[in-house]
Amino acid sequence: MSLEEQTEKKEQRPRAPYMKPTDISDPNYFHKVVDCQWACPAHTPVPEYIRMIAQQKYTEAYMINWESNVFPGVLGRTCDRPCEPACRRGRIEEKPVAICRLKRVAADHRGDIEHLMPDIAQKNGRRVACIGGGPASLTVARDLIPLGYEVVVFDRDSRGGGMMRSQIPAFRLPESVLNEEVDRILNFGAKTHFNHDVKSLKKVLDEDFDAVFVGTGAPKGRDIDIPGRLEVQDNFHIGIDWLMSVAFEHTSKIGKKVIVLGGGNTAMDCCRTAKRLGGEDVKVIVRSPFDEMKASPWEIEDAQNEDIEILNNHVPERFLVENGKLTGIVFQKVKPEYDETGRRKLVPTGDDPVVVACDDVLCAIGQENHFPWIERDIGLEFDEWDMPVVDRTTFQSTNPRVFFGGDAAFGPENIIWAVAHGHQAAISIDQFCQSKDVNERPAPDVTLISQKMGMHEWSYHNDISNEERYAVPHAEKVSALKDIKLEVELGFDERMAFEEAMRCLNCDVQTVFEDVKCIECDACVDICPVDCINFIKNGEETDVRSRLRVPALDDDQSLYVSDTLPTGRIMVKDEDVCLHCGLCAERCPTAAWDMSQFLLKEGQAKNQRQVA
Amino acid sequence: MSYIAKPKFHHPNLPRNSLGLTRRDYEGAMSTLCAGCGHDSVSAAIVEACFELNLPAHKLAKMSGIGCSSKTPTYFLSKSHGFNSVHGRMPSVATGANLANNELKYIGVSGDGDTASIGFGQFAHAVRRQVDMLYIVENNGTYGLTKGQFSATNDRVSLGRKGQKNAFDSIDLAAMAIQLGASFVGRGFSGDKEQLVPMIKAALSHKGFAFIDVISPCVTFNNHNGSTKSFEFFRDNERSITATDYIAPREAITAEYEEGSVIDVTLHDSSRVRLRKLDANYDPSDSAAALQHIMKHEELGEVATGLLYLNVEDTELKEKMDMVNVPLNSLGVAELRPDNNKLESINKSLR
Repeated sequence: MSLEEQTEKKEQRPRAPYMKPTDISDPNYFHKVVDCQWACPAHTPVPEYIRMIAQQKYTEAYMINWESNVFPGVLGRTCDRPCEPACRRGRIEEKPVAICRLKRVAADHRGDIEHLMPDIAQKNGRRVACIGGGPASLTVARDLIPLGYEVVVFDRDSRGGGMMRSQIPAFRLPESVLNEEVDRILNFGAKTHFNHDVKSLKKVLDEDFDAVFVGTGAPKGRDIDIPGRLEVQDNFHIGIDWLMSVAFEHTSKIGKKVIVLGGGNTAMDCCRTAKRLGGEDVKVIVRSPFDEMKASPWEIEDAQNEDIEILNNHVPERFLVENGKLTGIVFQKVKPEYDETGRRKLVPTGDDPVVVACDDVLCAIGQENHFPWIERDIGLEFDEWDMPVVDRTTFQSTNPRVFFGGDAAFGPENIIWAVAHGHQAAISIDQFCQSKDVNERPAPDVTLISQKMGMHEWSYHNDISNEERYAVPHAEKVSALKDIKLEVELGFDERMAFEEAMRCLNCDVQTVFEDVKCIECDACVDICPVDCINFIKNGEETDVRSRLRVPALDDDQSLYVSDTLPTGRIMVKDEDVCLHCGLCAERCPTAAWDMSQFLLKEGQAKNQRQVA
Repeated sequence: MSYIAKPKFHHPNLPRNSLGLTRRDYEGAMSTLCAGCGHDSVSAAIVEACFELNLPAHKLAKMSGIGCSSKTPTYFLSKSHGFNSVHGRMPSVATGANLANNELKYIGVSGDGDTASIGFGQFAHAVRRQVDMLYIVENNGTYGLTKGQFSATNDRVSLGRKGQKNAFDSIDLAAMAIQLGASFVGRGFSGDKEQLVPMIKAALSHKGFAFIDVISPCVTFNNHNGSTKSFEFFRDNERSITATDYIAPREAITAEYEEGSVIDVTLHDSSRVRLRKLDANYDPSDSAAALQHIMKHEELGEVATGLLYLNVEDTELKEKMDMVNVPLNSLGVAELRPDNNKLESINKSLR
């Protein structure tokens, strides 16, 4: 082996597994520190709009949301809130910031926004069909119409909104809020074909559309196959179908005794709706243990507040029918058992079967995709579960002209995912229509700006509130249960919104460390209220994590690592529970620490345009 | 100075000591010293040491005089007793307090001005009397509160911020303490808690006068090139003589060392100090040798740090004065006022 070869080989040898300095120029690094934004499928800049709310800049707060998640008023009431379990506040005290409820505040208190809407470019001659008028399709329309596309929306219902209209009861989402946000997009100049059930994708493709977006959701409620099912047709209802028929006012009453099967959010909407349509004794009966119910905790809580009983560990066995009429359901009692891998099995307890009397049954045990209208010979592949093959990044199907999004793409999720899909599909469609590579994605719009105003003054409010999470006031129960259209949650008033907003830790205001300025005086270590700053010897990551002042046990939370300092040590900051209070920067004599606001706006179809 | 209070939230996994307290429970008010002041690190080291020693805060008194250093007791142990005395008069107040209630631990915090200038006489006598206390000097070689004049501990070669020369030799307070008879003398650095915290723990467990000279750079007036008390100069010229491990009573010693390289000393409360000798010839129980060692380094332009001198044989003030073994403040009328017979016999003896 020649000397050169040896040297080359030596260089290829893995170095000592020491931690390398963190590359903060990679937008993902600071983005990940903003837990709420990182967890949001649409990556809405949460702390920034919360700050706007605290400053009573509701219109600005609304617009930050609108640009990112399109339906702030709807989502402020109905979002699944992946941001809240991620919220850093939930790790330093009991409850996260009420992010979702603050979003609603922005929608409730905002001023006029018509003048802030995007300009609609001249028509570019391209035509895009959106099949289904739900959140995914509307997001595609919102992103593409301003760029000059002609967007044609097809929906089987008489109005746009999709599942936001048909599955979410009006007492959770007032129609006026929904109409306003749906119509705003349609008024950009979308062509609509409502009451139009698309029966053939082939036919749509044969028309002169440059691209087709499928956003038809997961429209098929799962049925239950137990003895007696066929005899109870009249009093058995599939949950989502029943909710839709209530929403369009085809159904206005239900029996006095109602059983809701299932433990997800649809089950919660069903039972609460039933309670308003004449159901007096409404029970939710679920197979799983209570703690493993799929519904969001707050929706379960709201249902229980309306005196709805939840029976868990009950598996339906057969329907009881007398004289051709449903009288009840027989349940087997079960208990969960877990194997070594943690997989759950429900095993019978051996107790006597439980009979629960009822007049009506609402079945909310899941929903599925259903594509009988897509021909299988148009170059659009389906997988073994009969789901279309869709690219996770571009949302393009194997027929390059057809894109999917929302529940239609990968199965039931929720509105915020549909919006995120819609944005990504719009980028792809825009690329595709310009004959560009759909895999080229626009970069996010990122800024990092120092918040320093003086020696110890920042342009953000670092003196966070110690208060606990504020509860949203509810409408009085008796009148709420009488009126199906009376919204139950009243939303925060301005005072409460301000107090709640002050709980936000400003995780977007980043601690930025410049190692060349550091004199290793320890001032930041001494002042940090949550012991996240360390000056220690380098090592491999697990070793470094174990040697911190408080060991960093959560591998999902990053360590911010500096280059080697004059004493041979490195600065290691555990991002996990940093309060972003800025005291490290205030106590730093050399401004080696700075507090800089990191604002990231996801790339959208329009950004791609500007770059091109 | 920061205008906000330090948030009350702490790390959810913050360790708790045997009293169920976290180190945050040993903190004080928000510091109003300059950002980066070494004194804040000394406060943090005291907090850490008291937390690790499981000290109940109400069993401790903080004593100080005047100066930046003497402000710091406000910034640690907010639940302890304290007395902020006249400039340079902390030693006499501490002596009095100590006699009145010897059940408290006493931490005196002073500065180079408060100790080596205005309070030099007071300091000397507190050392000489072996007052049972920990006396910390936060030594930055400058009068920070009056904007950066040389103090008595500023080295002859050390230049002022604008290049001014120093006309006088400096007082080495550690050497002075050894000479005056202190039984525990150490020198530390505000920027090195690994060394300082065990030394404070040992000092708080020591019975008698424990003195620690902590080089604590003044970031505003004495952290420039040419200063011998800057972070950079100190790090380059510090020579650690011994590394101190504090071993709590009943705690097992796990690490093993080569024979002759460590010295174990059992303190009054049966905790132990393990000195790992970084200089093989060093004997921390020999005061004359310790002094020589300090001087030798000084000649080389270096600063000797670590636990420099330790004598566990000497007695403290109250023993020396053969006083009752209870706090004077607990003595009631019965103990303090002789009855008639006693008085009669006293009077008789004087006739």
